[in-house]
This record gives sequence, structure tokens and C-alpha cells, in this order.
Amino acid sequence: MNEILWLLLIFGIKAIIIISFVMLCAAAFVYLERKISAVIQNRIGPNRVGPFGLLQPFADVLKLFLKEDIVPKNANRFYHSLAPIITLGVAFSVFAIIPFASYLKIGDRVIHMGIAPNINIGFLFVLAMTSVGVYGITLAGWSSNNKYSLLGGLRSAAQMISYELAMGLAVISILLMSQDLTLTGIVEAQKGLKWNIFLQPLAFIIFLTSSFAETNRSPFDLPEAEPELVGGYNTEYSGMKFGMFFLAEYANMAAASAIISLLFLGGWNFPFIYEWLGFANGSVELVLVQLLVFLAKMLFMVFFFIWTRWSIPRFRYDQLMNLGWKILLPLGLLNILVTGIILMYI
Amino acid sequence: MLTDFGFILLYFIIGFVFVGIGILTAAVLRPSHPNPIKNSTYECGEEPMGGAWIKFNIRFYVLALIFLLFDVEVVFLLPWAVVYKQLGWFAFIEMIVFVVILLAGLAYVWAKGDLSWERPRPYIPSLRDLVVPKKD
Repeated sequence: MNEILWLLLIFGIKAIIIISFVMLCAAAFVYLERKISAVIQNRIGPNRVGPFGLLQPFADVLKLFLKEDIVPKNANRFYHSLAPIITLGVAFSVFAIIPFASYLKIGDRVIHMGIAPNINIGFLFVLAMTSVGVYGITLAGWSSNNKYSLLGGLRSAAQMISYELAMGLAVISILLMSQDLTLTGIVEAQKGLKWNIFLQPLAFIIFLTSSFAETNRSPFDLPEAEPELVGGYNTEYSGMKFGMFFLAEYANMAAASAIISLLFLGGWNFPFIYEWLGFANGSVELVLVQLLVFLAKMLFMVFFFIWTRWSIPRFRYDQLMNLGWKILLPLGLLNILVTGIILMYI
Repeated sequence: MLTDFGFILLYFIIGFVFVGIGILTAAVLRPSHPNPIKNSTYECGEEPMGGAWIKFNIRFYVLALIFLLFDVEVVFLLPWAVVYKQLGWFAFIEMIVFVVILLAGLAYVWAKGDLSWERPRPYIPSLRDLVVPKKD
């Protein structure tokens, strides 16, 4: 009984830390997005609220809390309210299996740095959660009873399911390398400089492109293309419900960058520094260094996401479908074939 | 004893409760002054024309069907990839047979033109064409 209480206590602390981390990430990325886009476009960006405008996202969230919630009279009220809850809830749940560092050893108790990083279905969970994420956006589009929302929701559903295939195929070649489905195992297989970005460059490109499409980020942000669809699936949303879609977009970006760093950039692996520092396995110092390395890689990927958004124009819809089905899907299969043959000879 | 899945379920519950608290707090704080014009459907300031729950393009359904087939394929490939090195060439050839059958399906869909978004509109003769002959 005592053991279960301990486990629940540790779990509770981890869950609260991770959820606040995701919210903080979303707020920080909103700020980063505005500041980086300002630098790219030769502007100043937010600089009024707090030092360097750092408190701007918190002011925005507070404002959204105080705004009136307008539900159009023709909308389906139940699904209209359910959609943002699903979208943000799913964005949180991906973080359940992300390991932030290896493990911490206190006495003879091993604490994993994540809710369930060693779960046996591993990456399958991420694929499942991204599939559920489609529901949130499709429901939002349909339940608003607005033509722009419906079109945005449909586009988003079609785009996300198309690129999910390419994403899954890219991951299979990673699994062939690591022979392990858990994310911790995939990271352990990339020790030193055996990062998958060097061993599997094609899979990296496919996965990166698909995660742009999965998170509805530019150049694949057709579901909310302003010139044609006003706001896409969230046209009829206001107040905190709109804020939830907004936060979910950035939480998804955080999840995508975390997964890319785990699968391709070696997670918390970095050549030489661990040998040089020489900390013991499971010590607090080691976990802190691993956490820093992992967060640095994640932050770089987020910067890459933002950088791309402000550098590349939007695709046309037929181009997007062609890329997903006619280029990335066959390329993914080819990559698996080549990886399989090479693995047989080494 | 709780398994990993139990913890994930608990985490789900905490996550959704957190989101629910957000919605409830906003419901307490925000003002509410609805009026018929504010609550009408947004159509760029014009009067909304009809509802949005209309028939939409059938191609979305076809795409969803193809997705379903290939998603199942990906799910079958995942365990295959994990035990690949232990099974050797046998597993490799088995999987090639499986993937080639599905690829034949993809080739069929591709040739039928269901993957290309821009398709010429089929010519449907109408009464008007009989009365007023087409120029070309």
C-alpha cells in the first residue's frame, strides 16, 4: 500500500511539472514566434509588457479569459465546446511517453524522467494520439455550421491523415535501426554520434515534412489559410475556446520538436561531454545535463519551425496532396527497403 | 499495482481536468451579452446564405478509405521492424510480398486519378446543349 502511495506521489509531481512545462512552452513559443518573425521582417516585435515584452503571452491569455464567448446560433453547441477540449487535451497527452532524460536513482528507487517513457507500444502511442487530434479539428470545423470552418476542417483532416502515413513509414526505418519500440530504447541506440539524422537522412526529411503538415504549420497551414478561408476551422471561435486552439497549436509544435529530437537528433546524447564530465548513472548532475542537452535540441527544432514559417510561402492544395501521396509515401517505402537490405549485410 | 497504461490514463484525466478548469474559469470571468446579429454565422459581413452542412466533395471519402488501408499496413510494419534482425531474410521477403500487394492498390488508385486533386470536370449533356449547339 505504501509503495502505491509513493508511486502516485511521484507520478503526481511529474504530471504537474510536465503539464506546466507544456503550458510554459506554449507561452514561450508564442513570444519566440512573434520576436523571431519581427527580426526576420526587420521589426521590433512585442516590447511593452514586461522586460523585452516577455510577459506579452501571459497578458494575451489573460485577455482571452476575459473575452466574451460567442457561439453562433446555428452551431451544434455540444461539439462546438468539445472540440477545443479534445484538441488541447490530446496535445498534452503526447507528452505522456516523452522521456526528458534517462533515469534518476534515489536510494534503490529508479525514477524515470517522464510519465511512462518505457511503455511497450512506444511510438505507436504518438501515432494514435495524432490521429485523435484530427477529431478535434474536424469537429470544430463541422460543428460551427460555417462554410469556411467546414472547408478548413475537411482540408485539415485530409492533410493530417495523408501525412500520417509518410510519418509512420519514416519511423519504421528508425525502428529497423534500433530494434526497439520504446522511445528510451531508440535514444539509447543513438549513443555518441550515431544519431539517426546522419544514418537516416531521407527518413529525417520525410518525418520533418510530415510533422510540419501534422501540426498545421506553414508551409502546410492550408486549414487556416487567411486569404481564402478567413480563419479556417477556428473562424467561429472566440474567447478562451479560441485560446485553446491557439495553445494547442504551440503545444503540438513542442511535442513535434521533442519527438524529432528524440528520434533523429539523439535525444540527450551528445558526443564526448558525458565521458568528459564522468557523472555516475542515475545521479542528479547527469540527469540535469541530459535535460539541458535535450531541451537545447528541442529549442533548436522550435526555432527551425518558426524560421521556416516566416521564410517559405504556402503550398497550393493539390501540390500538398501530390507531395504527400505521390512523393513522400513511395520514398518512405523505398527507404525501408534500402534500410532492410543494408541491415542484412552488416 | 498500476501499469504504465494506468499512469497514462491518470495523466489523461489530469490533462483533461486542467483543460476543463480553464474553460470553467473563463465561463465565470467573461461577460455575456448575446444579440441576434452577433450570434449569426460569420460570412464576411454578408447575410449568411443557407447552412454549411451540405454535401461536400466525395474525394475526401476516397482519400479516407485509402488512408485506412495504408495505416493498417504501417501498424503491421511496426512489430515486423522490431523483430526484423532475428527473423532475417524470411521476414524481409514476407514483408515485400505484403507491401507489393498494397502497392498494387496504390498504383490502381493513382492510375484512376483519385490522388490528383485537379481533375477535368466530366461533360454532362443538358437540355440547353441540345437547343443551343456548342460552338466548338
